[in-house]
Amino acid sequence: MNVSTSAITRIEGRAVVLRGSDIDTDRIMPARFLRAITFSGIEAHLFADDRAAAQAAGALHPLDGPGAAGATILLTQANFGCGSSREHAPQALLRWGFRAVVAESFSPIFAGNALTIGLVCVTASPHTIAEAMRIAEASPDNAFCVDLEHLHLGCGSTRSPVSLPESQRHAWLTGQWDATSLLLADYDDVERVEARLPYLRTTSRNA
Amino acid sequence: MAGTLFEKVWNAHAVRLLPNGQTQLYVGLHLVHEVTSPQAFDMLGARGWPVRAPHRTFATMDHIVPTAAQARPFQDVMAEAMAGALERNCRTHGIPMFDLSGGAQGIVHVIGPELGLTQPGMTIACGDSHTSTHGAFGALAFGIGTSQVRDVLASQCVAMSPLQVRQIRIDGALPPGVFAKDVILAVIRRLGINGGHGFAYEYAGSTIAGMSMDERMTICNMSIEGGALMGYCNPDDTTVAYLRGRRFVPGGDDFDVAAAGWRALASDADATYADVVEFDAATMAPTVTWGTHPGQSIAVDERLPRPADMPDAERAGVEDALTFMHLTAGRPIAGQKVDVAFIGSCTNGRLSDLREAARVARGQKVAAHVRALVVPGSQQVRWAAEAEGLDQIFEDAGFEWRRAGCSMCLAMNPDRLSGDELCASSSNRNFKGRQGSPTGRTLLMSPAMVAAAALAGEVVDIRRVLHPGVSS
Ligand code: SF4
Repeated sequence: MNVSTSAITRIEGRAVVLRGSDIDTDRIMPARFLRAITFSGIEAHLFADDRAAAQAAGALHPLDGPGAAGATILLTQANFGCGSSREHAPQALLRWGFRAVVAESFSPIFAGNALTIGLVCVTASPHTIAEAMRIAEASPDNAFCVDLEHLHLGCGSTRSPVSLPESQRHAWLTGQWDATSLLLADYDDVERVEARLPYLRTTSRNA
Repeated sequence: MAGTLFEKVWNAHAVRLLPNGQTQLYVGLHLVHEVTSPQAFDMLGARGWPVRAPHRTFATMDHIVPTAAQARPFQDVMAEAMAGALERNCRTHGIPMFDLSGGAQGIVHVIGPELGLTQPGMTIACGDSHTSTHGAFGALAFGIGTSQVRDVLASQCVAMSPLQVRQIRIDGALPPGVFAKDVILAVIRRLGINGGHGFAYEYAGSTIAGMSMDERMTICNMSIEGGALMGYCNPDDTTVAYLRGRRFVPGGDDFDVAAAGWRALASDADATYADVVEFDAATMAPTVTWGTHPGQSIAVDERLPRPADMPDAERAGVEDALTFMHLTAGRPIAGQKVDVAFIGSCTNGRLSDLREAARVARGQKVAAHVRALVVPGSQQVRWAAEAEGLDQIFEDAGFEWRRAGCSMCLAMNPDRLSGDELCASSSNRNFKGRQGSPTGRTLLMSPAMVAAAALAGEVVDIRRVLHPGVSS
């Protein structure tokens, strides 16, 4: 899959409710599924252990629940994506079909990875999240909207504030979230930095 | 102007402010391993971009390598494919690689410092969250994702936003039986696993000043477990002495010039911090995690928390963790039976860690029901340990003596838990499923405590082992 860099102003669709805080990337994507050299097909293993555990207990994991297929928004709680830096975690969420994650807070590496690949992360208050979760669970068909222009999470006629760092918002709205081309522009500036770093003169000769 | 090390190193590497509001930061040292790099090389290839500075990237393999026997091809075809992809990518792009046959292979965060690649004042990036380890040298070292690995390969830069600096002052003498691992677990317990969001942690104070580089690395390593992308210590005599004579460190007069530059990077006495948090080393105790994240820990002589006593916001999490761990609220953690003991990882797989564990294991026997593994963090650690006979001490006691790799820290190689085994582990993460079995359970502790648990077959207070007869 190739996500092109284009402006993202709003994400609409159904939401999956994933209750719990401190959901780490080992849970989102258990390490044994990292034994691969591409990201292709990795979404099949999203939350593999949690889903199997739910099934064994005769329950349904939210990702296997009614209305989950085709959902674009993930609602969850605090410190989402903590732990390992594996980009396999946001890649799997994106490839599964999510376009935005709304949480009380995110681990910084997860949020950084998500930004680079085009998965929108916005935060909201515990109250807003709880209310949105209630609505989504009441009827999985309820449609939500994450609006990056007006910074709100909408459902029906309700609007609740969401936030994200201004630099990220700017990046989404202008389509500049894939930073590689920015980093390669005007390379003279990089060479000026290289010229002033003492260790670049003394260490490279041993390599 | 007075500044922190963070500000000095950040400013030296800042290329410019990007239109998206982030800073373009030059990466002085880029480390890659086999798990998070193949997709990055593919993305580079798809765009037809060369690697901008192949001499500033170094590769090794650590996560997937088996530690029992390392003959190629690996038995696991996926592991072999990953190793092969890394070798191919390094060859294609002219990137130096420390492979299994060269004598310098090991966990990426162990070999960087050991080879002298890691130096004060650098920006260091690696597709691995424990890159924070290298901050022990006074570097800004941080983990990145695979798309950022691609960015560094293509441009030798990353786009990121500056962090605030929190100074963590630890003063006083650590009581016997209390190690660097206990210090960082105490910091995470107090500040929380997300307390470090938005911060770099600067570790300072007399306790840190008195620590070896190995100990400082253990502390900086787990900064990420406290939510801080980076942790660092200011360079001092200990840093300079460690680096002298290492393979990638300048020699002769160049060394003295470099060392003077390193010392000048230390935070100025009147630098300002976003905040300062103080700890008293004398009050610290051997610590054990009981839950499913590294913030859920207690001193080994404390009792497990009772959900009923917890604040509302934490109650459900504590209940869930106790249930997963099959532990009973209010009971002591000491005396808890363990099935597996693992000594190793980038947190505690260096020579000094193995020495501490061997001191406990010498002349003793691992309990009959315990499977115990010692896995050196690098080939150099392994040979240095063998040169002083540590392998013999471990094997005589009934520990398996392995080859270098990440091993049972995570489940990407044959070393893993099965079923709901409980593992006393010197690694850094006790997440559900982390050690390879979805129901496997992990208790994090210092290497000496793991060794003691292996011998007793249950969690024990290391202070009683080191000083029998002293009541706690
Ligand atoms: S030892 Fe563990 S934490 Fe360290 S790099 Fe290897 S897998 Fe990651």
